[in-house]
Amino acid sequence: MRSRWVNKATALHLGVIAVLFALQFVLPDYHHVNLARVMVLASFAMGYNIAFGYTGLLSLGHAMFFAAGLYAAGLMALFAGVGAGGGLLLGVIAGLVVAAAVGCLALRTTGVSFMIVTLMFAQAAFLATFYFGEYTRGDEGFVIPSNLRSLFGLSLVEPTTRYFVALTLFSLCMAVSFAIARSSMGRVLAAIRENEERTRMLGYNVFLYKLVALVISGAISGAVGAAYGMLFGYVGATFASIQYSILPLLWVLMGGAATVLGPFVGTLLMFYLVDISSGFTSANMLIVGLALIGLILFFPKGILGTLRERAAPWLP
Amino acid sequence: MAAVTLLSTENLSKQFGGLTAVDGVSFTFLEGEIRALIGPNGAGKTTFVNLLSGRIPPTTGRVVFAGEDVTRLPAHTRVNRGIAYTFQITSTFAGMSALENVKLSAQRRLSTGFFGPNPDLLERVALSALDRVGLADRQDEIAGNLSYGHQRLLEVAMGLGLDPKLLILDEPTQGLSDEEIAVFVKLVREIARNASVLLIEHNMDVVMGLADTITVLDRGRILAEGTPEEIRRNDAVRRAYLGN
Ligand SMILES: Nc1ncnc2c1ncn2[C@@H]1O[C@H](COP(=O)(O)OP(=O)(O)OP(=O)(O)O)[C@@H](O)[C@H]1O
Ligand SMILES: [Mg+2]
Repeated sequence: MRSRWVNKATALHLGVIAVLFALQFVLPDYHHVNLARVMVLASFAMGYNIAFGYTGLLSLGHAMFFAAGLYAAGLMALFAGVGAGGGLLLGVIAGLVVAAAVGCLALRTTGVSFMIVTLMFAQAAFLATFYFGEYTRGDEGFVIPSNLRSLFGLSLVEPTTRYFVALTLFSLCMAVSFAIARSSMGRVLAAIRENEERTRMLGYNVFLYKLVALVISGAISGAVGAAYGMLFGYVGATFASIQYSILPLLWVLMGGAATVLGPFVGTLLMFYLVDISSGFTSANMLIVGLALIGLILFFPKGILGTLRERAAPWLP
Repeated sequence: MAAVTLLSTENLSKQFGGLTAVDGVSFTFLEGEIRALIGPNGAGKTTFVNLLSGRIPPTTGRVVFAGEDVTRLPAHTRVNRGIAYTFQITSTFAGMSALENVKLSAQRRLSTGFFGPNPDLLERVALSALDRVGLADRQDEIAGNLSYGHQRLLEVAMGLGLDPKLLILDEPTQGLSDEEIAVFVKLVREIARNASVLLIEHNMDVVMGLADTITVLDRGRILAEGTPEEIRRNDAVRRAYLGN
């Protein structure tokens, strides 16, 4: 029975990738660009979900991991002429190192203290982008020279390449989430989320598991940050602000924490909610807020989380 | 059979602020025995076993397990060495199935490499632990939906999943019905064939029926120690605990 569920789940996720692949041939330009952006942001949300959804680590500092990757790639492109391939690698390393360092300190706390400590670190990182304004140009930011934005000889300025790179990144993050959700490590992370003390008393080094989860989450966020810079060409302090720590939290909550596809569903929905509502009213955040309230009322565990609970227990 | 010391403590104490919950306890526990730890409410029984399992650090003293000083080892390492603790207040993974709960307890021990244990082996081991406590037919039920008695049994199954050398049971029969207690007593006897059992228990019938040796704790100190017969006849114990 279990293996049939695994197959069903695998088929669903491969199907989503196939649909996203096919969509590029039919979507009008405007939505084509949007969807590429959504896939990249959803990858960020999937990274966040590994810490928040699967492990129960409510971080308010993920903008810092995203920005670490973004600035690592952006600054190295600007000052050392590093291209997209090197930039992505640097992004992963930056996210990983920052998450390991912050995790070692922040994971000594739990609950609200953890939220506050991660928030403080992220605010410090945000301020650092201004402190080093000489290089980062702070709020104003800088543009990555388009000649450096190319991967394996293909220009990322080109919409088709960009879409394909976004889809590849998205698929990789999905594969990582899927593998973790199905692994024995995933089972331990879920146990930590439910009852940390009991998990410890079953012989698990809870601190180490949480650190590994946070580092994976940070490395993904860093990779996505770097990819975002390389794909869309702009690096600025906004991406290090609290807003980019809150957004992945909202996307994940909306789509369903601890589901593999939830982050994507949440990101897509929120993106188009903002996009469509801002088309006919300047009070569009009000509409977004109302939509969120409605969701919490009818889908308390997010769209896919609630669906899993009520109808599809096989969803990973 | 030569008596081998499995666990001992030297002058073990724990202070909470001004309160000395465990007060200079030196204790020896032999391999293979069923030991009951009894004493009035607040005597320091839970605190004492918390010091053994490493959930809290002692103020002074040493804990030696299987010949090694484990006083400074973190709790999870002690569990891996073979000290399993089942909680006084039922503590399972309420949102997971009974089977998942036991899988979690057996998984770490059965893991060989990075990828964790063979799923079939894990399932077999977890099912056999559930079977031993009589919950095999409830493997798919969500732990939080099980009756209280069944949750206590699930706790024990999780202890068994760890395959411990020493199983510490903190008031396992509290809140159980008479039939459930009878099942439980049989279960502990069965477990004791492969593991040593340290049992905190208020129910004197259970204690007298199961224990090889009884240790009586009162206000953080060992008041008496001996066979059930000796403890029954001990005047100090009667005054402090058994009443009259
Ligand atoms: N974390 C703690 N902080 C402060 N005091 C504590 C703490 N844990 C236990 N105590 C106190 O230590 C004393 C011993 O408590 P303990 O729980 O070990 O008793 P017990 O023998 O297990 O009692 P019971 O039979 O009620 O379970 C009590 O007075 C209790 O209030
Ligand atoms: Mg107690």
